[in-house]
Amino acid sequence: MTLWLVLAVNSVTFGGLLFLLSAGFSLIFGLMRIPNLTHGSLFMLGAYFGATFVGGMLGVMFNFWLAALMAALLVAAFGALLERFLLRQLPGQQLAQVLVTLGVSFMAADFCLMMWGGDPINVASPEGLVGFLRAGSVAIPKYRIAIIVIAVVVAAALWLLLDRTRLGAMIRAGVDDPDMARVVGIQVSRLFTIVFALGAGLAAFAGIIGGPILSVYPGLDQDMLPLALVVVILGGTGSLLGSFVGSIVIGFIYNFGQAMLPELAYFVLFLPMLLVLLFRPQGLFGRFVP
Amino acid sequence: MSTRLIALAVAFVALFTVPYWMPGVYYVNVASQILFYAVFALGLNVLVGYAGLVSLGHAGLFGIAAYATGYMLQNGFGHVPAILVALVLGLVAMAIYAVLSLRSTGIGFIMITLAIGEILWGLAYRWISMTGGDNGISLHGRPAPFGIDVNTANGFYYMTLVVFLAAVLSVAIFVRSPLGAALKGTRDQPRRMNALGYHVWAIRFWACLFSGLLTAVSGILFVYYTQFISPQTLALTSSAEVLLMVISGGAGTLLGPIVGAGVVVVVKSVVSGFITRWNFLLGAIFVAIVILMPEGLVPGSARLWRLFWRKAGQRSAKAEAKP
Repeated sequence: MTLWLVLAVNSVTFGGLLFLLSAGFSLIFGLMRIPNLTHGSLFMLGAYFGATFVGGMLGVMFNFWLAALMAALLVAAFGALLERFLLRQLPGQQLAQVLVTLGVSFMAADFCLMMWGGDPINVASPEGLVGFLRAGSVAIPKYRIAIIVIAVVVAAALWLLLDRTRLGAMIRAGVDDPDMARVVGIQVSRLFTIVFALGAGLAAFAGIIGGPILSVYPGLDQDMLPLALVVVILGGTGSLLGSFVGSIVIGFIYNFGQAMLPELAYFVLFLPMLLVLLFRPQGLFGRFVP
Repeated sequence: MSTRLIALAVAFVALFTVPYWMPGVYYVNVASQILFYAVFALGLNVLVGYAGLVSLGHAGLFGIAAYATGYMLQNGFGHVPAILVALVLGLVAMAIYAVLSLRSTGIGFIMITLAIGEILWGLAYRWISMTGGDNGISLHGRPAPFGIDVNTANGFYYMTLVVFLAAVLSVAIFVRSPLGAALKGTRDQPRRMNALGYHVWAIRFWACLFSGLLTAVSGILFVYYTQFISPQTLALTSSAEVLLMVISGGAGTLLGPIVGAGVVVVVKSVVSGFITRWNFLLGAIFVAIVILMPEGLVPGSARLWRLFWRKAGQRSAKAEAKP
């Protein structure tokens, strides 16, 4: 019983991290119609930058949350540059854009290996969130609860942004019909940059927030990208609700799969994707088939 | 036509005499690598070039054939059953892969194949009782087809060369066949092909199977060449490398993937002698080719070649017209 509860908490925590990662992925996909294959790298870059700031490798030890914010802003700026100077060179050529993001992801992975070496870096939980919350015989790490709270807050903020603001209305218009959005005077190309930067920042934030749980290591990008892909195939592209539900589902399947069928954990992820592809190719909440 | 025949004859002679004019065994081995990677690239090109379907999970299929061969040999089976099982398993895996990924085309196809490829990688990495995990599977000895010893570099080279020529011939026949023409039709005008009464899905499915067969063949050659297989072979980088061979050489041409395989293998072997950052270079080449020479090296150079000759022809025509 205790084991199940701990597994369930871990699943929700991991689902929260996945949501932070895949919400941006899904929005970029919805708006620009391309899977951004650098998304795993952005997650890893955020984790490495954050670990550098927290670990005091620059001479100053930063507060965890400040470091997370700085890493997110840095990677968001990188994302904006990437969109502006590389993807913008290939307007409308989706295939070429995907290949460029793939090339950049290899360069980023090798850059991280060059800068930080091959050893995993452990990130300490922020002060005040070390230790456990006890309820009867169950002990749950405080930090995991903090991640769940953060994911819910970010989800609410994103929902408010998309549903209640002018920018959000423009993004939704761009996702639904980019051509018509252009006709009514929305600068869709500027939205591309904004959404790309937002997605990059969120992925980086997830990277450093996940640091104390996953630690930071080379290959983290290749571990996370397929998860984001599966979440988006499951939830549907361009849908915030889709990535939320998809993340939680995948979080559960991944954690329970690892506990019960450790050798086939990756394969178990495949099953929901298979069912969705066969019966609902646009995803659970998606509006179009990619 | 005659120049083409001469070029073909020169290429044949050059290929068959490689062990005699190459400076050493190392170079013969590099030539073998180029040939079996060229088979892999030809297989991927059937989808990328002629069907317009970019697959990012082909390393997974390549790996299935290689692991199947390794697993069978490790468990004491002979070479013939091992190769047969690897081919059948590769085709079955491709059929499943095709049924899932052909739910979609374009970007959706890329995404699904990428996800399947990563899952196959994860399987190879985690399913330790079957695949040996990170330690991989080691083989001992190569088969001896018709009693010919292929344990030497030269012997292996000739075996690979025969398989390579068969693969090139089969792709050439496929492309010129009605099925190949229909496949190109589904790439350019899927709706029109559908309206004309072609079964677009079935045509793509058969193309996938053909691609899978070539991929499995190259996977088997690979595992016999390296005598070792590990999850690294199935990683996204491997899928990207072979895709780079196809698009750098020129997708949708017969010669393109072969030239691309040559360029990538040579650059990789040469560069890895000097720097350890092959992945960085791979990414940079990817970005550069996509932005600067999207049509690939072979069509790009062919265009420049034609331009040059047309200019030269105009110049001589003018010179004749002057007096």
